[in-house]
Amino acid sequence: MSKIGVFICHCGENISATVDVERVAREIGGMEGVAHAIDYKYMCSDPGQTFIKEAVKKYGLDGVVVGACSPRMHEPTFRRACAEAGLNPYLCEMANLREHCSWVHEKSEETTEKAIDLVKMMVEKVKKNKPLDSIKVPVTKRALVIGGGIAGIQASLDIANTGHKVILVERDPSIGGHMSQLSETFPTLDCSQCILTPRMVEVAQHPNIKLYTYAELESLEGFIGNFKAKIRLKAKSVNYSTCTGCGACIQKCPVKKIPSEFNAGLGTRTAIYVPFPQAVPNKPVIDRVNCNYYKRGACKICEKTCQVGSIEWDKEDEIITEEVGAVVLATGFDVKGTDFFPEYGYGQYKDVLTGLQFERLASASGPTFGEIRRPSDGAIPKKIVFIACAGSRDPAKGIPYCSKICCMYTAKHAMLYQHKVHDGESTVFYMDIRAGGKNYEEFVRRAIEEDTVNYVRGRVARVYEKNGKLIVKGVDTLLGGEQVEIEADMVVLATAGVANCGSEQLAQKLHVSYDPYHFFAEAHPKLKPVETNTAGIFLAGACQAPKDIPETVGMASGAAVKVAALFSNDELVREPVVAVVNRLAPPLYSTCVGCFMCETACPYNAIEHEEIKGRDGSLIRTIARVNQGLCQGCGTCVAFCRSKSIDIQGYTNEQVYAEVMSLLND
Amino acid sequence: MRCYQCGKCTAGCVLASDMNYPPSYLMRLLQTGTRQNMDKVLASNSIWLCLNCENCLGRCPMEIDIPKMMDYLRTQAIKENKLHPDSKPIIAFHRSFLDSVRNTGRLYEIGLVLSYKFRTFNFLQDLAIAPSMYLKGKLHLLPEKIKDRRSMKRIFAQTIENAKTVNK
Repeated sequence: MSKIGVFICHCGENISATVDVERVAREIGGMEGVAHAIDYKYMCSDPGQTFIKEAVKKYGLDGVVVGACSPRMHEPTFRRACAEAGLNPYLCEMANLREHCSWVHEKSEETTEKAIDLVKMMVEKVKKNKPLDSIKVPVTKRALVIGGGIAGIQASLDIANTGHKVILVERDPSIGGHMSQLSETFPTLDCSQCILTPRMVEVAQHPNIKLYTYAELESLEGFIGNFKAKIRLKAKSVNYSTCTGCGACIQKCPVKKIPSEFNAGLGTRTAIYVPFPQAVPNKPVIDRVNCNYYKRGACKICEKTCQVGSIEWDKEDEIITEEVGAVVLATGFDVKGTDFFPEYGYGQYKDVLTGLQFERLASASGPTFGEIRRPSDGAIPKKIVFIACAGSRDPAKGIPYCSKICCMYTAKHAMLYQHKVHDGESTVFYMDIRAGGKNYEEFVRRAIEEDTVNYVRGRVARVYEKNGKLIVKGVDTLLGGEQVEIEADMVVLATAGVANCGSEQLAQKLHVSYDPYHFFAEAHPKLKPVETNTAGIFLAGACQAPKDIPETVGMASGAAVKVAALFSNDELVREPVVAVVNRLAPPLYSTCVGCFMCETACPYNAIEHEEIKGRDGSLIRTIARVNQGLCQGCGTCVAFCRSKSIDIQGYTNEQVYAEVMSLLND
Repeated sequence: MRCYQCGKCTAGCVLASDMNYPPSYLMRLLQTGTRQNMDKVLASNSIWLCLNCENCLGRCPMEIDIPKMMDYLRTQAIKENKLHPDSKPIIAFHRSFLDSVRNTGRLYEIGLVLSYKFRTFNFLQDLAIAPSMYLKGKLHLLPEKIKDRRSMKRIFAQTIENAKTVNK
């Protein structure tokens, strides 16, 4: 007969306030097979754990049930205590009396009875538990970083500097991301590219970093420490090993009117192009959608100009497989376009810009070489209006959250404008100024006080064009709702920061959860901000939520440390909650008939074929075997198995049956 | 109430400049929840000037139905008899309009105008445009009546004249 110890926790008052814990301990103590049952104020405390350890030794327990909080909280604690007392840790189970009972019910007789039932189920289960050994899996000490913006760059450099290999995958032809598009950065007004480009070059030259630009993740299989990433290298149509990056092809390309992505649509680029002068790698790719040769089958001017013969017309996408141990997601964000705003002209007014477009206007490498000029006629705007919270904090538009960076960059834009156009007049319409951060509030005050930017509290209802001017109809709510009408030359919308396009699909590929706005979800909002719910996949930067550069860099370094900590292990210990195919003595060998329904059902490709051979080497039978490294313990195979030969360790059919029967046998 | 005082309703309101309190200010007064501020709202001309054009509702990021609230506030102001002087011609016009609809089932312009003038004693208002309107066939001497005027009566009985509905 089993000798099971039951330990009921009060959890301070969390459980004992609604459940009569003493009665639970008393009634369970009378159950068949229970050798010892007590209750205590805090089972997870040192004295609480000591009770368990002593009881294991004193009564020679062969099973332990702790009725306390959720196993997600303290199962490791109690299993460790059992292990220290010499009991196999997988003979210890928890009954969740807090989240599943005391927290969700009022104090009553029934609540206590439910608690008794929950513990009883676990006692019956533990009777059927078998000692298990944890699984050890090796760690591939190479990281995959997805996204080559400042987050990806920082994470890659930090991981690479710990001595581990990094594979950095970037979707665009160059790394750099949004930060390379910015003119100057708040609150110090230092040039964005000047501080970013050295890091970009460092990435390209780092011996531990392998950089794939113009590439996308195709799929990711496996689990923490042992991922297999398939990466699609999009055809660049240029042989990078011979290309010298001289740029002659770019000058000769006849297709010159393609809106430049780097300039946020304000400038143009050619079909064979380098996104920007400081690009890394500084070698061109051919945009096959717009190239004359791919569209009409004739042109090839670039090939004629290329002196080293680097153009590869027939190059196709290539898919490579890389084995990695950890993944850092750093895919960044995007901003809403002006076409998102019916009240601000649906994007039909050329002089209504997004903040990102204004960055390009203000940038020395931009289409106007740093002069603020109207896209419509090239004139210098004398009156400019900035509208904060364009789209953000707007539940009616489906974006109820604050995009966080707009208050600061709008202040910066107004400041830059005043620095460049001395006789200009700038107005900022804002709802609240959110300038939390070191030197941020001072920066905004500087814009208002020193650069005389006119801040008006109120939202703009409408922008429309009249005689070449943009009429902005706003309000000053601090004057009791007085209407303000401004004839502006240019309007800049601080449009909402949103998740990058394709982030939802990427999250699904990686089995990472995401929020309703398609930002990737962290494992815990406070205590696990860089982890995801999928072990071994970490987050960095604005793919988790809109954030500014310092925060992004901090998060990227945080993710890098998590990866480095993971790589400091030679092997990882996994819970043995995996499927097993039963094995019996000859001549049966196993009840598995080798139909391999399980193989078709398994989402993790964990089912292998095992050949049972006789002494003479002749094949007797082929049965299924589970690769314990790949199995995630989902149990799909168990449901599919027609001969009931496969079971999940720790959650066998027998155990679950015992749990259910304990309820029915009352 | 969900209003966070962005002011977009006021910015787009065509009558805000004529109102005692523009819409966003009105929302704030209501938000305080005090009787004193409620009295201010009911006695203001804002609730009577509102055209129910729904510009505010269309723009509101929080999707607050201000026009509907204005309807309620007007009913409430009548009930509590806290009427701003500006409301008198407005109420007179609404009543005259409804009288015309109740009696003929349609808008009878001359009836409406006469009824309005007798209610306000403002006989000379807009008189100058009457001849040109008459010549253009906009004013008919006799009302055009709909066939089923009984159902019109029934609608009125079930809605406006039904005290329960009015109280709602």
